[in-house]
Amino acid sequence: MAVQTPNGFQLDNSGKRIVVDPVTRIEGHMRCEVNVDENGVIRNAVSTGTMWRGLEVIVKGRDPRDAWAFVERICGVCTGTHALTSVRAVEDALGITIPDNANSIRNMMQLALQMHDHIVHFYHLHALDWVNPINALKADPKATSELQQMVSPSHPLSSPGYFRDVQNRLKKFVESGQLGLFKNGYWDNPAYLLPPEADLMATTHYLEALDLQKDIVKIHAIFGGKNPHPNWLVGGVPCPINVHSTGAVGAINMERLNLVSSIIERTQEFNRNVYIPDVKAIGGFYKNWLYGGGLASQACLAYGDIPENPSDFSPDQLHMPRGAIINGDLSTVHEVDNRDPDQIQEFVDHSWYTYGEPGRGLHPWDGETEPQYELGPNAKGTRTNIEELDEAAKYSWIKAPRWKGHAMEVGPLARYIIGYAKGHEVIKDQVDGLLRDMDLPFDALFSTLGRTAARALESEYCGDLQKHFFDKMIANIRNGDESTANIEKWDPSTWPKEAKGVGMTEAPRGALGHWIRIKDGRIENYQCVVPTTWNGSPRDAQGNIGAYEASLLGTPMARPEEPVELLRTLHSFDPCLACSTHVMAPDGAELTRVKVR
Amino acid sequence: MGRTALILGIGNMLWADEGFGVRCVEDLAATLQFGPEVTVLDGGTQGLYLLPFLEAADIMVVFDAVDYGLPAGTLKVVEGQDVPAFMGAKKMSLHQTGFQDVIATATLMGYCPEEVVLIGVQPVELEDYGGSLRPAVAAQVAPAIAIARDWLAARGIHAVPGRTHSIDLADPALRRDVYEGERPSQTLACRSGDARFFPAD
Repeated sequence: MAVQTPNGFQLDNSGKRIVVDPVTRIEGHMRCEVNVDENGVIRNAVSTGTMWRGLEVIVKGRDPRDAWAFVERICGVCTGTHALTSVRAVEDALGITIPDNANSIRNMMQLALQMHDHIVHFYHLHALDWVNPINALKADPKATSELQQMVSPSHPLSSPGYFRDVQNRLKKFVESGQLGLFKNGYWDNPAYLLPPEADLMATTHYLEALDLQKDIVKIHAIFGGKNPHPNWLVGGVPCPINVHSTGAVGAINMERLNLVSSIIERTQEFNRNVYIPDVKAIGGFYKNWLYGGGLASQACLAYGDIPENPSDFSPDQLHMPRGAIINGDLSTVHEVDNRDPDQIQEFVDHSWYTYGEPGRGLHPWDGETEPQYELGPNAKGTRTNIEELDEAAKYSWIKAPRWKGHAMEVGPLARYIIGYAKGHEVIKDQVDGLLRDMDLPFDALFSTLGRTAARALESEYCGDLQKHFFDKMIANIRNGDESTANIEKWDPSTWPKEAKGVGMTEAPRGALGHWIRIKDGRIENYQCVVPTTWNGSPRDAQGNIGAYEASLLGTPMARPEEPVELLRTLHSFDPCLACSTHVMAPDGAELTRVKVR
Repeated sequence: MGRTALILGIGNMLWADEGFGVRCVEDLAATLQFGPEVTVLDGGTQGLYLLPFLEAADIMVVFDAVDYGLPAGTLKVVEGQDVPAFMGAKKMSLHQTGFQDVIATATLMGYCPEEVVLIGVQPVELEDYGGSLRPAVAAQVAPAIAIARDWLAARGIHAVPGRTHSIDLADPALRRDVYEGERPSQTLACRSGDARFFPAD
């Protein structure tokens, strides 16, 4: 039956139903069901989080100064971002302003995480949706070298011998048959469009990126004391600065600062010479595949991040822009207030929770996490083994957050559209330059490819911002300020009896907020609204669909039983449910199940 | 200097017996003293972040909760080439794809330690968010540590009773006694998991 959603999409669930489960499987579980018409075009999409995730409740009653350590364990991917959001929430509640150096250090750590995530996402998780490493074995190394020199003349690693070596290494790895990282794709699917030389070039950069990513995270180990799971501190950062002597063990000295500086430069070079040219080169072969825009052209949201000055989140002080675009009107960027009870609300009409009455929305400060698991009358299967969901009823463990009632896309593309609409100089230059180089119109941005390209542009911007904050911190230290923590309000006896705060960041995959209520020195309520809750949102009471669902509509699939195109678009969001589409059993069988009904 | 060793605990401490690996390295560091050639690491659910540690190690011990299809609480030791295949058989642990990929990637890059042993326990319960080790699994922490100690000793890396200092362990707020002691009650915080979408077999 065909229906029109209030947010402007046509849904028709009469065609063949295809179930992909899990789409991802590290930080939660995600499943997707679509209906395709007789031409294999997606006409209805249902995205669901399939795992109970009561992360908020486990910190109840604990010390707010420890919350970061717990939320760092929520997710194996964006540990640091959750920790940063948490300390910001507590500082907001208690009215703590952090020192300038702490702001610079936190920004450098957050930017390192952004770039690490973007680069790893592109090369190690998402690339296999575009690039066929098996096809790379057929490439001519000499032609690959010529391609490399054409797309990125400044990249030094470009000789035919270099590509031949990589090809041999790859061949050996594939032939060894042990646990092939690349063994479980749909490698003969016609959705792969690259010539073997582009496949070899991209696969080679997969290896280069592996080396680089080890360096990027050293910034976490230096400033956070260790990595994985760096240390954080309410009131600042836990690392002392001591540049004038050998200092205490673990103090930031000149030697460490020089290392940070060299890592920043290396990452900037990689962004400029490898990442951006690759996106342009690969994107060039997929220029006519501009599906996957979904909500991007309609409704985007960003909280903003990377404050120039400590604890100042006013919109003109943020390097990553804040704002909301609704109804596809890019001429107006609305200001976003995370404290306003009428702006961000979560709904559970199609989620396995209850808020007592239908259509009720709750601001996160008042959020409840009360499970109510029930399947709709048209669901197929059993309560413990669902074959097909009934999207007219409750169908997801993900809540439906809305901004003033609108379903929103968050993430790099949302940030870049908002930045562009606001006239952000860097973002505008980057976007215009990319579109010009690729000879694409502005509307091409509203696509899976646009989402992937925005992430690359953002990585480049992050590198430059990291350099900015490094220089800012050095200048500050030169002026004699080595302070990294404000501990005036460390002792709970200095706190009010009750307080509430909100912490905001832009996680790699989008707007992240933590809302905290503190009472008698302990956590009374804690609610996280994570980016994947926005993007992976189920329908709301009015029938508005979420970003994942919207992005799939209208996409043709060459072979519906090999849903390369569907995965490509969902992966372009960098789902926080992580990106492991290909899950292997010991015998090598593919455990991601695709069912055509 | 002789060979270097990495003692790695992986898993998510927030998911009941999934925390086995992390609790093993926590207890190991609190009861055995190793020399500077040994790194003790809480790897959590991290993936590629762990690569530099694998690269730096000649031999590696991994503690994890593994679904071997054996009776709950059973310890099983797997070595060498067999390790990746055993990590996360059937019903997968939350991080298994991550660590399987870490080993595969390390192999591809030529970083993988020459000798690897996986000391795994068959979990009793994974679907308890905010929960902790079940008694049958907790009882295997000390035996698992003894296996690691002996395996390392056979390779010339010896420990004496004492403590091993490591910055790469969990924050004190997450130590098992604190984690369990301050945990909200189950009536306050629903912790039941959700197996509804797991493959039926």
